[in-house]
Amino acid sequence: MQRIAVIDYGMGNLRSVSKAVEHVAPNDSVLVTSNADIIKEADRIICPGQGAAADCMKALHDHQLVSVIKEVTQSRPFFGICMGLQVLLTRSDENAGVDCLDVLPGEVKRFSAPLTNSANQRLKVPHMGWSPVNRDKAAQGEHPMWAGIDNNTRFYFAHSYYCVPVDNQHVAAYADYGHSIAVALAHKNVFACQFHPEKSSASGLKLLENFVRWNG
Amino acid sequence: MGLAKRIIPCLDVDAGRVVKGVKFVDIRDAGDPVSVARRYNEEGADEITFLDITASSDNRDTILSVVEQVASEVFIPLTVGGGVRTVADVRNLLNAGADKVGINTAAVFNPDVVKQAADKVGSQCIVVSIDAKTVSSEGDTDRWEIFTHGGRKTTGIDAVEWAQKMADYGAGELLLTSMDRDGTKQGFNLPLTKAISDAVEIPVIASGGVGNLQHLADGVLQGGADAVLAASIFHFGEYSISDAKAHMAAQGIEVRL
Repeated sequence: MQRIAVIDYGMGNLRSVSKAVEHVAPNDSVLVTSNADIIKEADRIICPGQGAAADCMKALHDHQLVSVIKEVTQSRPFFGICMGLQVLLTRSDENAGVDCLDVLPGEVKRFSAPLTNSANQRLKVPHMGWSPVNRDKAAQGEHPMWAGIDNNTRFYFAHSYYCVPVDNQHVAAYADYGHSIAVALAHKNVFACQFHPEKSSASGLKLLENFVRWNG
Repeated sequence: MGLAKRIIPCLDVDAGRVVKGVKFVDIRDAGDPVSVARRYNEEGADEITFLDITASSDNRDTILSVVEQVASEVFIPLTVGGGVRTVADVRNLLNAGADKVGINTAAVFNPDVVKQAADKVGSQCIVVSIDAKTVSSEGDTDRWEIFTHGGRKTTGIDAVEWAQKMADYGAGELLLTSMDRDGTKQGFNLPLTKAISDAVEIPVIASGGVGNLQHLADGVLQGGADAVLAASIFHFGEYSISDAKAHMAAQGIEVRL
Protein backbone atom coordinates (compact mmCIF):
# COMPACT_ATOMS: atom_id res chain seq x y z
CA MET A 1 0.00 0.00 0.00
CA GLN A 2 1.38 3.34 -1.01
CA ARG A 3 0.56 6.74 0.42
CA ILE A 4 -0.76 9.34 -2.01
CA ALA A 5 -1.00 12.88 -0.66
CA VAL A 6 -3.48 15.31 -2.19
CA ILE A 7 -2.28 18.75 -1.15
CA ASP A 8 -5.03 20.79 0.49
CA TYR A 9 -4.27 24.48 0.63
CA GLY A 10 -7.87 25.57 0.74
CA MET A 11 -8.28 26.22 -2.98
CA GLY A 12 -10.91 24.30 -4.80
CA ASN A 13 -12.63 21.03 -5.07
CA LEU A 14 -10.40 18.40 -3.52
CA ARG A 15 -13.13 15.87 -2.97
CA SER A 16 -13.42 15.17 -6.70
CA VAL A 17 -9.70 14.62 -6.98
CA SER A 18 -9.40 12.42 -3.92
CA LYS A 19 -12.48 10.38 -4.82
CA ALA A 20 -11.20 9.82 -8.35
CA VAL A 21 -7.81 8.70 -7.01
CA GLU A 22 -9.49 6.39 -4.51
CA HIS A 23 -11.49 4.98 -7.39
CA VAL A 24 -8.37 4.03 -9.37
CA ALA A 25 -6.25 3.07 -6.35
CA PRO A 26 -8.65 1.30 -3.99
CA ASN A 27 -5.85 -0.40 -2.08
CA ASP A 28 -3.77 2.71 -1.50
CA SER A 29 -4.06 5.33 1.17
CA VAL A 30 -5.21 8.69 -0.18
CA LEU A 31 -4.59 11.55 2.23
CA VAL A 32 -6.03 15.02 1.68
CA THR A 33 -3.68 17.17 3.71
CA SER A 34 -1.97 20.49 4.28
CA ASN A 35 0.49 18.94 6.72
CA ALA A 36 4.06 19.30 5.42
CA ASP A 37 5.27 16.22 7.30
CA ILE A 38 2.58 14.01 5.80
CA ILE A 39 3.33 15.38 2.35
CA LYS A 40 7.05 14.69 2.80
CA GLU A 41 6.35 11.12 3.85
CA ALA A 42 3.97 10.35 0.98
CA ASP A 43 5.07 8.14 -1.90
CA ARG A 44 3.46 10.36 -4.48
CA ILE A 45 1.88 13.78 -4.49
CA ILE A 46 -1.07 15.36 -6.28
CA CYS A 47 -1.43 19.13 -6.27
CA PRO A 48 -4.87 20.26 -7.50
CA GLY A 49 -6.30 23.74 -7.12
CA GLN A 50 -8.73 26.22 -8.54
CA GLY A 51 -9.26 29.91 -8.25
CA ALA A 52 -7.06 32.94 -8.73
CA ALA A 53 -3.28 32.61 -8.88
CA ALA A 54 -2.62 35.26 -6.22
CA ASP A 55 -4.96 33.54 -3.78
CA CYS A 56 -3.39 30.17 -4.49
CA MET A 57 0.15 31.43 -3.97
CA LYS A 58 -0.92 33.23 -0.81
CA ALA A 59 -2.58 30.06 0.46
CA LEU A 60 0.56 28.04 -0.26
CA HIS A 61 2.63 30.58 1.69
CA ASP A 62 0.10 30.75 4.53
CA HIS A 63 0.13 26.97 4.84
CA GLN A 64 3.94 27.03 4.66
CA LEU A 65 3.85 24.66 1.74
CA VAL A 66 6.16 26.44 -0.71
CA SER A 67 9.40 24.81 0.37
CA VAL A 68 7.87 21.37 0.79
CA ILE A 69 6.38 21.48 -2.71
CA LYS A 70 9.68 22.56 -4.18
CA GLU A 71 11.32 19.69 -2.31
CA VAL A 72 8.88 16.95 -3.35
CA THR A 73 8.83 18.07 -7.00
CA GLN A 74 12.51 17.06 -7.03
CA SER A 75 12.12 13.73 -5.30
CA ARG A 76 8.98 11.73 -6.16
CA PRO A 77 6.10 11.43 -8.61
CA PHE A 78 4.25 14.72 -8.56
CA PHE A 79 1.03 15.49 -10.45
CA GLY A 80 -0.15 19.09 -10.79
CA ILE A 81 -3.73 19.67 -11.96
CA CYS A 82 -5.14 22.95 -13.32
CA MET A 83 -3.97 25.63 -10.89
CA GLY A 84 -1.61 22.95 -9.59
CA LEU A 85 0.07 23.19 -13.00
CA GLN A 86 0.04 26.98 -13.24
CA VAL A 87 1.65 27.57 -9.84
CA LEU A 88 4.61 25.43 -10.95
CA LEU A 89 5.62 28.03 -13.51
CA THR A 90 7.74 31.11 -12.90
CA ARG A 91 5.10 33.77 -13.01
CA SER A 92 1.42 34.34 -13.74
CA ASP A 93 -0.18 37.40 -15.34
CA GLU A 94 -3.28 36.88 -13.22
CA ASN A 95 -4.08 39.47 -10.52
CA ALA A 96 -1.70 42.01 -12.10
CA GLY A 97 1.21 39.60 -11.85
CA VAL A 98 2.12 36.92 -9.32
CA ASP A 99 5.41 35.17 -8.71
CA CYS A 100 4.88 31.42 -8.68
CA LEU A 101 7.00 28.42 -7.65
CA ASP A 102 9.37 28.41 -10.64
CA VAL A 103 9.64 24.63 -10.71
CA LEU A 104 9.16 24.74 -14.49
CA PRO A 105 10.35 27.91 -16.25
CA GLY A 106 7.53 29.70 -18.00
CA GLU A 107 4.69 32.17 -17.74
CA VAL A 108 0.93 31.98 -17.36
CA LYS A 109 -1.07 34.28 -19.63
CA ARG A 110 -4.73 35.13 -20.12
CA PHE A 111 -6.57 34.27 -23.32
CA SER A 112 -7.00 37.56 -25.14
CA ALA A 113 -10.08 38.44 -27.18
CA PRO A 114 -11.00 38.15 -29.95
CA LEU A 115 -10.38 34.44 -30.01
CA THR A 116 -11.56 32.35 -32.96
CA ASN A 117 -11.23 28.76 -34.11
CA SER A 118 -10.00 27.53 -37.51
CA ALA A 119 -13.51 27.99 -38.94
CA ASN A 120 -13.37 31.63 -37.77
CA GLN A 121 -16.05 31.06 -35.13
CA ARG A 122 -15.79 33.04 -31.95
CA LEU A 123 -14.41 31.22 -28.91
CA LYS A 124 -15.55 32.08 -25.42
CA VAL A 125 -13.42 32.61 -22.32
CA PRO A 126 -13.20 30.69 -19.99
CA HIS A 127 -12.24 27.77 -22.21
CA MET A 128 -14.84 25.45 -20.75
CA GLY A 129 -15.60 21.94 -21.89
CA TRP A 130 -14.05 19.01 -23.70
CA SER A 131 -11.15 19.64 -26.07
CA PRO A 132 -8.90 17.14 -27.84
CA VAL A 133 -5.45 16.77 -26.31
CA ASN A 134 -2.86 16.30 -29.03
CA ARG A 135 0.62 14.83 -28.61
CA ASP A 136 1.92 14.87 -32.21
CA LYS A 137 4.39 17.70 -31.75
CA ALA A 138 4.94 17.35 -28.03
CA ALA A 139 8.48 16.45 -26.95
CA GLN A 140 7.00 14.40 -24.10
CA GLY A 141 4.20 12.94 -26.20
CA GLU A 142 5.35 9.40 -25.45
CA HIS A 143 5.43 10.00 -21.72
CA PRO A 144 4.45 6.92 -19.65
CA MET A 145 1.53 8.90 -18.20
CA TRP A 146 -0.15 8.64 -21.62
CA ALA A 147 -0.10 4.84 -21.67
CA GLY A 148 -3.42 3.47 -22.95
CA ILE A 149 -4.78 6.94 -23.81
CA ASP A 150 -5.36 7.67 -27.48
CA ASN A 151 -3.89 10.75 -29.08
CA ASN A 152 -6.57 13.47 -29.44
CA THR A 153 -8.66 12.11 -26.58
CA ARG A 154 -10.95 14.83 -25.22
CA PHE A 155 -10.45 16.04 -21.66
CA TYR A 156 -12.46 18.53 -19.62
CA PHE A 157 -11.06 22.06 -19.34
CA ALA A 158 -12.17 25.10 -17.33
CA HIS A 159 -9.65 27.93 -17.44
CA SER A 160 -9.04 31.50 -18.60
CA TYR A 161 -5.25 31.44 -18.24
CA TYR A 162 -2.80 29.15 -20.02
CA CYS A 163 0.83 28.15 -19.68
CA VAL A 164 3.66 29.27 -21.90
CA PRO A 165 6.68 27.16 -20.94
CA VAL A 166 10.16 28.41 -21.78
CA ASP A 167 11.40 24.98 -22.78
CA ASN A 168 9.42 23.11 -25.43
CA GLN A 169 11.12 19.94 -24.25
CA HIS A 170 8.77 20.07 -21.25
CA VAL A 171 5.57 19.92 -23.30
CA ALA A 172 3.65 16.64 -23.04
CA ALA A 173 0.55 17.73 -25.01
CA TYR A 174 -1.06 20.62 -26.81
CA ALA A 175 -4.63 21.74 -27.40
CA ASP A 176 -6.01 24.34 -29.78
CA TYR A 177 -7.96 27.23 -28.37
CA GLY A 178 -7.59 30.17 -30.69
CA HIS A 179 -3.99 29.09 -31.01
CA SER A 180 -1.94 26.14 -29.90
CA ILE A 181 -1.46 25.99 -26.12
CA ALA A 182 0.63 23.66 -23.99
CA VAL A 183 -1.84 21.75 -21.82
CA ALA A 184 0.44 19.17 -20.22
CA LEU A 185 4.02 19.61 -19.06
CA ALA A 186 6.45 16.97 -17.87
CA HIS A 187 9.95 17.12 -16.51
CA LYS A 188 11.71 14.36 -14.58
CA ASN A 189 9.29 13.25 -11.84
CA VAL A 190 6.79 16.07 -12.43
CA PHE A 191 3.74 15.77 -14.69
CA ALA A 192 1.12 18.49 -14.76
CA CYS A 193 -1.94 19.25 -16.86
CA GLN A 194 -4.31 22.15 -17.44
CA PHE A 195 -7.40 19.98 -17.85
CA HIS A 196 -9.20 18.07 -15.10
CA PRO A 197 -8.56 14.31 -15.22
CA GLU A 198 -10.84 13.88 -12.20
CA LYS A 199 -13.70 15.27 -14.34
CA SER A 200 -12.80 13.65 -17.65
CA SER A 201 -14.67 10.39 -17.22
CA ALA A 202 -12.91 7.16 -18.25
CA SER A 203 -9.92 8.84 -19.96
CA GLY A 204 -9.27 11.04 -16.96
CA LEU A 205 -9.41 8.08 -14.61
CA LYS A 206 -6.93 6.30 -16.86
CA LEU A 207 -4.48 9.19 -16.53
CA LEU A 208 -4.84 9.12 -12.74
CA GLU A 209 -4.36 5.37 -12.76
CA ASN A 210 -1.18 5.82 -14.79
CA PHE A 211 0.07 8.32 -12.23
CA VAL A 212 -0.53 5.92 -9.39
CA ARG A 213 1.72 3.41 -11.19
CA TRP A 214 4.30 5.81 -12.61
CA ASN A 215 7.70 5.72 -11.00
CA GLY A 216 8.77 9.18 -12.05
CA MET B 1 -10.95 19.33 -33.97
CA GLY B 2 -11.64 21.83 -31.27
CA LEU B 3 -13.83 22.41 -28.27
CA ALA B 4 -16.97 20.26 -28.32
CA LYS B 5 -20.44 21.68 -27.78
CA ARG B 6 -21.75 20.21 -24.58
CA ILE B 7 -24.96 18.32 -23.89
CA ILE B 8 -26.12 18.60 -20.31
CA PRO B 9 -29.02 16.64 -18.82
CA CYS B 10 -30.69 18.43 -15.92
CA LEU B 11 -32.29 16.66 -12.98
CA ASP B 12 -34.71 18.14 -10.50
CA VAL B 13 -33.96 16.94 -7.00
CA ASP B 14 -36.46 17.25 -4.16
CA ALA B 15 -35.32 16.28 -0.67
CA GLY B 16 -32.59 14.08 -2.10
CA ARG B 17 -34.68 12.29 -4.72
CA VAL B 18 -34.86 12.79 -8.46
CA VAL B 19 -38.37 13.90 -9.36
CA LYS B 20 -40.25 14.36 -12.64
CA GLY B 21 -39.79 10.64 -13.28
CA VAL B 22 -36.74 9.48 -15.06
CA LYS B 23 -37.72 6.45 -17.12
CA PHE B 24 -34.76 4.28 -17.86
CA VAL B 25 -35.98 0.74 -18.20
CA ASP B 26 -32.87 -0.78 -16.71
CA ILE B 27 -32.54 1.50 -13.69
CA ARG B 28 -34.08 -0.10 -10.67
CA ASP B 29 -34.42 3.13 -8.72
CA ALA B 30 -35.03 6.07 -11.02
CA GLY B 31 -35.34 8.34 -8.02
CA ASP B 32 -31.76 7.73 -6.97
CA PRO B 33 -29.54 10.60 -8.14
CA VAL B 34 -26.42 8.41 -8.20
CA SER B 35 -28.01 5.78 -10.44
CA VAL B 36 -29.31 8.38 -12.83
CA ALA B 37 -26.05 10.33 -12.93
CA ARG B 38 -24.11 7.13 -13.57
CA ARG B 39 -26.42 6.25 -16.42
CA TYR B 40 -26.06 9.68 -18.04
CA ASN B 41 -22.27 9.44 -17.73
CA GLU B 42 -22.34 6.08 -19.50
CA GLU B 43 -24.45 7.59 -22.30
CA GLY B 44 -21.83 10.29 -22.80
CA ALA B 45 -23.28 13.32 -21.02
CA ASP B 46 -20.67 16.10 -20.95
CA GLU B 47 -21.84 17.40 -17.59
CA ILE B 48 -24.76 16.89 -15.26
CA THR B 49 -26.83 19.61 -13.62
CA PHE B 50 -28.85 19.12 -10.47
CA LEU B 51 -31.53 21.62 -9.65
CA ASP B 52 -32.47 21.45 -6.00
CA ILE B 53 -36.17 22.23 -5.78
CA THR B 54 -36.52 21.28 -2.12
CA ALA B 55 -39.02 23.69 -0.64
CA SER B 56 -38.73 22.77 3.02
CA SER B 57 -35.78 24.34 4.78
CA ASP B 58 -35.56 21.23 6.99
CA ASN B 59 -34.39 19.24 4.00
CA ARG B 60 -32.07 21.77 2.47
CA ASP B 61 -28.89 19.99 3.49
CA THR B 62 -29.94 16.77 1.78
CA ILE B 63 -28.60 18.16 -1.50
CA LEU B 64 -25.13 18.17 0.04
CA SER B 65 -25.19 14.45 0.68
CA VAL B 66 -26.57 13.86 -2.82
CA VAL B 67 -23.67 15.84 -4.26
CA GLU B 68 -21.19 13.93 -2.10
CA GLN B 69 -22.50 10.58 -3.27
CA VAL B 70 -22.63 11.51 -6.94
CA ALA B 71 -19.17 13.11 -6.89
CA SER B 72 -17.74 9.95 -5.37
CA GLU B 73 -18.90 7.82 -8.26
CA VAL B 74 -19.43 9.90 -11.37
CA PHE B 75 -16.38 11.65 -12.75
CA ILE B 76 -17.74 14.33 -15.04
CA PRO B 77 -18.51 17.97 -14.14
CA LEU B 78 -21.40 18.47 -11.80
CA THR B 79 -23.32 21.74 -11.54
CA VAL B 80 -25.73 22.30 -8.70
CA GLY B 81 -28.27 25.11 -8.48
CA GLY B 82 -31.44 26.00 -6.65
CA GLY B 83 -31.72 27.97 -3.45
CA VAL B 84 -28.14 29.24 -3.48
CA ARG B 85 -28.17 32.53 -1.61
CA THR B 86 -24.79 33.16 -0.02
CA VAL B 87 -21.11 32.61 -0.59
CA ALA B 88 -21.31 30.04 2.22
CA ASP B 89 -23.93 28.09 0.22
CA VAL B 90 -21.57 28.12 -2.75
CA ARG B 91 -18.65 26.90 -0.69
CA ASN B 92 -20.67 24.15 0.96
CA LEU B 93 -21.74 22.77 -2.42
CA LEU B 94 -18.22 22.94 -3.82
CA ASN B 95 -16.82 21.25 -0.74
CA ALA B 96 -19.41 18.51 -1.13
CA GLY B 97 -18.10 17.83 -4.63
CA ALA B 98 -19.94 20.18 -7.00
CA ASP B 99 -17.72 21.66 -9.69
CA LYS B 100 -19.94 24.62 -10.46
CA VAL B 101 -22.72 26.31 -8.57
CA GLY B 102 -25.70 28.01 -10.16
CA ILE B 103 -26.91 31.28 -8.66
CA ASN B 104 -30.30 32.53 -9.78
CA THR B 105 -32.72 34.59 -7.72
CA ALA B 106 -30.07 35.66 -5.22
CA ALA B 107 -28.14 37.28 -8.06
CA VAL B 108 -31.18 39.35 -9.03
CA PHE B 109 -31.81 40.63 -5.52
CA ASN B 110 -28.17 40.91 -4.50
CA PRO B 111 -25.84 40.98 -7.53
CA ASP B 112 -22.82 41.42 -5.26
CA VAL B 113 -23.15 37.80 -4.17
CA VAL B 114 -21.94 36.84 -7.67
CA LYS B 115 -18.92 39.11 -7.32
CA GLN B 116 -18.12 37.83 -3.84
CA ALA B 117 -18.50 34.20 -4.84
CA ALA B 118 -16.37 34.58 -7.98
CA ASP B 119 -13.65 36.35 -5.98
CA LYS B 120 -13.69 33.60 -3.41
CA VAL B 121 -13.88 30.44 -5.51
CA GLY B 122 -13.04 31.58 -9.04
CA SER B 123 -15.26 32.46 -11.98
CA GLN B 124 -15.03 28.97 -13.44
CA CYS B 125 -17.17 27.70 -10.55
CA ILE B 126 -19.92 30.29 -10.88
CA VAL B 127 -22.86 29.80 -13.24
CA VAL B 128 -25.43 32.57 -13.20
CA SER B 129 -28.89 31.36 -14.16
CA ILE B 130 -30.90 33.84 -16.16
CA ASP B 131 -34.65 33.36 -16.51
CA ALA B 132 -35.76 35.63 -19.33
CA LYS B 133 -39.06 36.22 -21.07
CA THR B 134 -40.10 38.19 -24.13
CA VAL B 135 -41.69 41.54 -23.21
CA SER B 136 -41.83 43.16 -26.65
CA SER B 137 -45.03 43.01 -28.67
CA GLU B 138 -45.24 41.08 -31.88
CA GLY B 139 -43.70 43.07 -34.72
CA ASP B 140 -41.60 45.27 -32.41
CA THR B 141 -37.87 44.87 -31.88
CA ASP B 142 -37.29 41.87 -29.60
CA ARG B 143 -36.84 42.72 -25.95
CA TRP B 144 -36.51 40.33 -23.02
CA GLU B 145 -36.59 40.89 -19.28
CA ILE B 146 -35.49 38.95 -16.26
CA PHE B 147 -38.30 37.14 -14.46
CA THR B 148 -38.39 35.54 -11.04
CA HIS B 149 -40.79 33.20 -9.26
CA GLY B 150 -40.81 30.64 -12.03
CA GLY B 151 -41.49 33.24 -14.70
CA ARG B 152 -44.42 34.90 -12.97
CA LYS B 153 -42.83 38.15 -11.79
CA THR B 154 -40.91 40.54 -13.94
CA THR B 155 -38.05 42.56 -12.52
CA GLY B 156 -37.99 45.13 -15.31
CA ILE B 157 -34.32 44.28 -15.91
CA ASP B 158 -33.26 43.98 -19.54
CA ALA B 159 -31.96 40.46 -20.13
CA VAL B 160 -29.05 41.38 -22.42
CA GLU B 161 -27.82 44.13 -20.10
CA TRP B 162 -28.17 41.78 -17.16
CA ALA B 163 -26.13 39.08 -18.90
CA GLN B 164 -23.33 41.57 -19.53
CA LYS B 165 -23.47 42.75 -15.95
CA MET B 166 -23.25 39.21 -14.60
CA ALA B 167 -20.26 38.52 -16.85
CA ASP B 168 -18.61 41.70 -15.54
CA TYR B 169 -19.35 40.58 -11.98
CA GLY B 170 -17.39 37.39 -12.52
CA ALA B 171 -19.83 34.74 -13.74
CA GLY B 172 -17.90 32.02 -15.55
CA GLU B 173 -20.89 30.89 -17.54
CA LEU B 174 -24.56 31.74 -18.05
CA LEU B 175 -27.44 29.28 -17.93
CA LEU B 176 -30.10 30.98 -20.01
CA THR B 177 -33.66 29.73 -19.68
CA SER B 178 -36.30 31.12 -22.01
CA MET B 179 -39.28 31.20 -19.69
CA ASP B 180 -41.79 31.59 -22.51
CA ARG B 181 -40.54 28.30 -23.90
CA ASP B 182 -39.85 26.31 -20.75
CA GLY B 183 -42.03 23.20 -20.74
CA THR B 184 -43.55 23.92 -24.17
CA LYS B 185 -41.40 21.50 -26.22
CA GLN B 186 -41.29 24.15 -28.98
CA GLY B 187 -37.55 24.65 -28.85
CA PHE B 188 -35.29 27.33 -27.40
CA ASN B 189 -36.04 31.00 -27.85
CA LEU B 190 -33.34 31.34 -30.51
CA PRO B 191 -33.27 35.14 -30.95
CA LEU B 192 -32.88 35.51 -27.17
CA THR B 193 -30.16 32.87 -27.06
CA LYS B 194 -28.31 34.52 -29.93
CA ALA B 195 -28.60 38.01 -28.43
CA ILE B 196 -27.19 36.90 -25.09
CA SER B 197 -24.49 34.71 -26.59
CA ASP B 198 -23.28 37.53 -28.84
CA ALA B 199 -23.31 40.01 -25.98
CA VAL B 200 -20.94 38.19 -23.61
CA GLU B 201 -17.45 36.72 -23.75
CA ILE B 202 -18.36 33.83 -21.42
CA PRO B 203 -20.02 30.56 -22.49
CA VAL B 204 -23.82 30.38 -22.63
CA ILE B 205 -25.87 27.25 -21.91
CA ALA B 206 -29.25 27.29 -23.62
CA SER B 207 -32.20 25.88 -21.72
CA GLY B 208 -35.98 25.79 -21.83
CA GLY B 209 -38.30 24.31 -24.41
CA VAL B 210 -36.44 21.37 -25.91
CA GLY B 211 -38.87 18.88 -27.43
CA ASN B 212 -36.73 17.10 -29.99
CA LEU B 213 -33.14 16.64 -31.09
CA GLN B 214 -33.29 19.30 -33.79
CA HIS B 215 -34.03 21.85 -31.06
CA LEU B 216 -30.67 21.03 -29.49
CA ALA B 217 -28.87 21.48 -32.80
CA ASP B 218 -30.72 24.75 -33.46
CA GLY B 219 -29.60 26.08 -30.08
CA VAL B 220 -26.01 25.77 -31.24
CA LEU B 221 -26.36 26.58 -34.94
CA GLN B 222 -28.85 29.43 -34.69
CA GLY B 223 -28.69 30.42 -31.05
CA GLY B 224 -24.90 30.36 -30.83
CA ALA B 225 -25.01 28.43 -27.56
CA ASP B 226 -21.87 26.74 -26.24
CA ALA B 227 -23.88 24.06 -24.48
CA VAL B 228 -27.47 22.84 -24.47
CA LEU B 229 -29.39 21.67 -21.45
CA ALA B 230 -32.52 19.58 -21.42
CA ALA B 231 -34.52 17.57 -18.94
CA SER B 232 -37.63 15.79 -20.09
CA ILE B 233 -36.52 14.54 -23.52
CA PHE B 234 -33.77 12.58 -21.84
CA HIS B 235 -35.63 11.50 -18.73
CA PHE B 236 -38.58 9.95 -20.45
CA GLY B 237 -36.46 7.75 -22.62
CA GLU B 238 -37.51 9.46 -25.86
CA TYR B 239 -33.90 10.06 -26.73
CA SER B 240 -30.56 9.14 -25.23
CA ILE B 241 -27.60 11.49 -24.92
CA SER B 242 -25.87 9.47 -27.63
CA ASP B 243 -28.86 9.97 -29.96
CA ALA B 244 -28.55 13.70 -29.37
CA LYS B 245 -24.83 13.69 -30.11
CA ALA B 246 -25.22 11.66 -33.28
CA HIS B 247 -27.93 14.05 -34.47
CA MET B 248 -25.79 17.11 -33.78
CA ALA B 249 -22.66 15.59 -35.30
CA ALA B 250 -24.59 14.83 -38.50
CA GLN B 251 -25.17 18.58 -38.83
CA GLY B 252 -21.51 19.41 -38.49
CA ILE B 253 -21.60 20.30 -34.81
CA GLU B 254 -18.51 19.18 -32.96
CA VAL B 255 -19.44 16.90 -30.06
CA ARG B 256 -17.58 14.49 -27.81
CA LEU B 257 -18.38 11.03 -29.11
